[in-house]
Amino acid sequence: MSKFKKKQAKTKQSVPTSAMPDVVFMLLIFFMVTTVLREVELQVQIDYATAENIEKIEQKRRVSYVYIGPERLGGGRYGDTKVQIDDALVEEIGAIRNIMYDKLLEQPRLIVSLRVDSDSEFGIITDVQQELRHASTLQINYSTRREI
Amino acid sequence: MLKKKRGREEAEINGSSLADIAFLLLIFFLVVTTIDVDTGIGLVLPPIPDDTTPPPPVRERNLMNILVNAQGMVLINEQPAAVANVRDLVKEFVDNNGADPELSESPDDAIVSIKTDRRTPYNVYIDMLDEVMGAYEELRHTASMDRFGVPYSSFEQGDERRAEIQEMYPKKISIAEPDEG
Repeated sequence: MSKFKKKQAKTKQSVPTSAMPDVVFMLLIFFMVTTVLREVELQVQIDYATAENIEKIEQKRRVSYVYIGPERLGGGRYGDTKVQIDDALVEEIGAIRNIMYDKLLEQPRLIVSLRVDSDSEFGIITDVQQELRHASTLQINYSTRREI
Repeated sequence: MLKKKRGREEAEINGSSLADIAFLLLIFFLVVTTIDVDTGIGLVLPPIPDDTTPPPPVRERNLMNILVNAQGMVLINEQPAAVANVRDLVKEFVDNNGADPELSESPDDAIVSIKTDRRTPYNVYIDMLDEVMGAYEELRHTASMDRFGVPYSSFEQGDERRAEIQEMYPKKISIAEPDEG
């Protein structure tokens, strides 16, 4: 019995913690890199449609979003269907052409992700698509959730 | 006298609170991070047709017309159909290889055209598109299993075999020109 005690006393009891800051820094850098801070303030309500045969967009840098849905009026009320690009609502559909063309010049391999509320009517999407065609941003993606 | 004092002092910064600072930052970024994956149905829009060159002629049999009306009802080549049947109909149409004179000549020629009304609900359209994509996905899967014995989804992006299968069954989906007015 006494022999046991002696052995225990010899070994060090503490875990070396000198490498802990390194580990923490590694995690920190990981999260810093993955964080996307610039998330737009949504002014329209969007419930995504669901689909089975969907693909992932790997290169987020190429993506530009167009939000289409009923406008949030505050107090839980919703207005007419509006189009939002970046932080502002687009009042004139015809303006999308120029906005998208400018984006295309910045990113030649642009993918336009259409985030559309599932209850919208297709007419407004047709209009937006026509504008995209005029801006020659032809690669689009209908944003959908995976069907469960 | 002065020299002696300097020699005695420790010239080291206390680093024990470094971990605390790092933790604080880490927790901040943990809270702020949203790892949301962008998923969706990809499509390439046709360029605006110019007036000088007429659109290339397409034979009637190579074109599958899907019409979705405002009530979400589907019409395929003038025949009413349910959304659930679309997948099989598309598969049959694309993979015909000239057997049935009513259907496509080859998968390469087959064009699926989707036309919608202005008041068509968006989710019906997405369901529709999903079914068409599903049909192509199944055809590619079958082709891949026959040829290479591995499922199509197992190929990485940029794999030669993937490109080969894609060439066998190119997705030719056309969004019809909207009606004026």
